[in-house]
Amino acid sequence: MVAATRERPAVQAVGARLSVEAVSHAFDIRGTPLPVLDRVSLAVEPGGFVALLGPSGCGKSTLLRLVAGLEPPDQGLITVDGDLVEGPDPSRLLVFQDPTLYPWRTVRGNVALGLEAQGVGRATRAARIDQALGLVGLAGFADAYPHQLSGGMAQRAALARALVNEPRLLLLDEPLGKLDALTRLAMQAELLRLWEEKRFTAVLVTHDVEEALILAERVIVLGDRPAAIRAELPVDAPYPRHRDDPDLVRLRRTILEILGQTT
Amino acid sequence: MRQGGRVGLGLVLPLALAIGWEIAVDSGLVSGRLLPPPSRIGATLLDLAASGDLLMHVEATLIRVGLGFLWGAAAGILAGALVATLPILRWLVDPSVQALRAVPSLAWVPLFILWFGILETPKVLLIAVGVFFPVYVGVSGAIASVDRKLVEVGRIFRLSRLALAWRILLPAVLPATLVGLRTGLGLGFLFVVAAELMGASEGLGYLLVDGQQFSKPDQIVAAIITFALAGKLADMVLVTLTRPLTRWQDTARESL
Ligand SMILES: Nc1ncnc2c1ncn2[C@@H]1O[C@H](COP(=O)(O)OP(=O)(O)OP(=O)(O)O)[C@@H](O)[C@H]1O
Ligand SMILES: [Mg+2]
Repeated sequence: MVAATRERPAVQAVGARLSVEAVSHAFDIRGTPLPVLDRVSLAVEPGGFVALLGPSGCGKSTLLRLVAGLEPPDQGLITVDGDLVEGPDPSRLLVFQDPTLYPWRTVRGNVALGLEAQGVGRATRAARIDQALGLVGLAGFADAYPHQLSGGMAQRAALARALVNEPRLLLLDEPLGKLDALTRLAMQAELLRLWEEKRFTAVLVTHDVEEALILAERVIVLGDRPAAIRAELPVDAPYPRHRDDPDLVRLRRTILEILGQTT
Repeated sequence: MRQGGRVGLGLVLPLALAIGWEIAVDSGLVSGRLLPPPSRIGATLLDLAASGDLLMHVEATLIRVGLGFLWGAAAGILAGALVATLPILRWLVDPSVQALRAVPSLAWVPLFILWFGILETPKVLLIAVGVFFPVYVGVSGAIASVDRKLVEVGRIFRLSRLALAWRILLPAVLPATLVGLRTGLGLGFLFVVAAELMGASEGLGYLLVDGQQFSKPDQIVAAIITFALAGKLADMVLVTLTRPLTRWQDTARESL
């Protein structure tokens, strides 16, 4: 059993290198093009943790969708470990802004989906699912249906569904957005612990400047639609970080100024 | 308990009316010639049952409904799924289907009789037509409204097309499909009456016609009651058979 849970080679657990080069994208709304991304370039080193901040509707989710391979970008290149992203792949997982669990599957069944698709054996699957559910604190809810979960629990289930696949690149679209303040803090710590342990590469979209500063090694601020990168700020404070850290407080003010919300 | 109480309450009115009518006829207040009292209807039902006639008629009707339902449902599911998944087909076919849907299905009766005579074929076909439309609308609507993100999650996990259809599309469209099937079955019973009225030598509809021609209102009411029971029973069987498929929905309803 123990050997079976480690059937993937150790290299797989290491984060991927992400590179986004001059990506522009537009949507077509009733014949009129709506430019959403404007020559966005960013690079995330293997095992890095980058947070994306930006006004609502600027194109953050769109950028993650492109990186996940759900849509091809109109212009520009997206590569992961040097390979062009041409479609979705389980090594590059997107956790949606809303949990999008399958209502007809139990929590366990939802988390199992990726492993089933890869043909992972039943016993191994069960062990890995239990482990993932334990990580997000849902061990007691394996057999619950999504409608029996709270909003926050549903998001944690969605997180477990991604983590169980040991992605090399984890794309998180406001995964903690629906959590109450306390659970949110706990999940931030949890996410950090997971990231430090598994060493996946993480791209986190969030509205919460503080969250970005607590978690990320680098914060990227996007401007209004069509989104272009306004600023890129390294966050050098060591983990675990404290929100009252004067460096972070200063950074926070800078970011809020860039976002145009001077407080 | 409370639900049992409510069911009981719903029975009060029909029971009171039945008893009142029985008493009124019994006491000679009304003749009961056009609307026989419950006891006479019950006796007629028992007679029909005892002679084996009732079973034969019920069987004939159920076979027609069953066959029509199978054909109509199969065609509805197939057409609905094709139209919802292939845009070309949707543009080509759906407007015509919607136009045909606007035709009151009973209007087909004379044409079907001309084409297929008055034997089984036109009857089953008419029922199938009645079943087809709700199933078609249910299936195509359900497929078209599947949450795009549910499919995208499947794509991210690289489910094969088959797995995507089987594990995501099918469960997602199942509830609406079952509603369509249920509506279809109800319409099937509606149409079997029409089909049997257009000429049959057996079936519950035949009992209706026969009762009218020979002025046997008790037989008509007996047939009506049997129709209601058979329809309700068929509906219950369908719901029971398909319940395991949507068990997650039941738990959703319970928790409401
Ligand atoms: N499939 C689509 N078709 C057309 N327009 C779209 C589509 N998806 C997104 N858009 C548009 O693209 C813009 C950016 O959307 P996106 O979801 O990326 O924003 P966001 O930065 O994630 O916002 P939020 O912070 O509110 O989640 C929006 O104006 C939206 O209307
Ligand atoms: Mg978004």
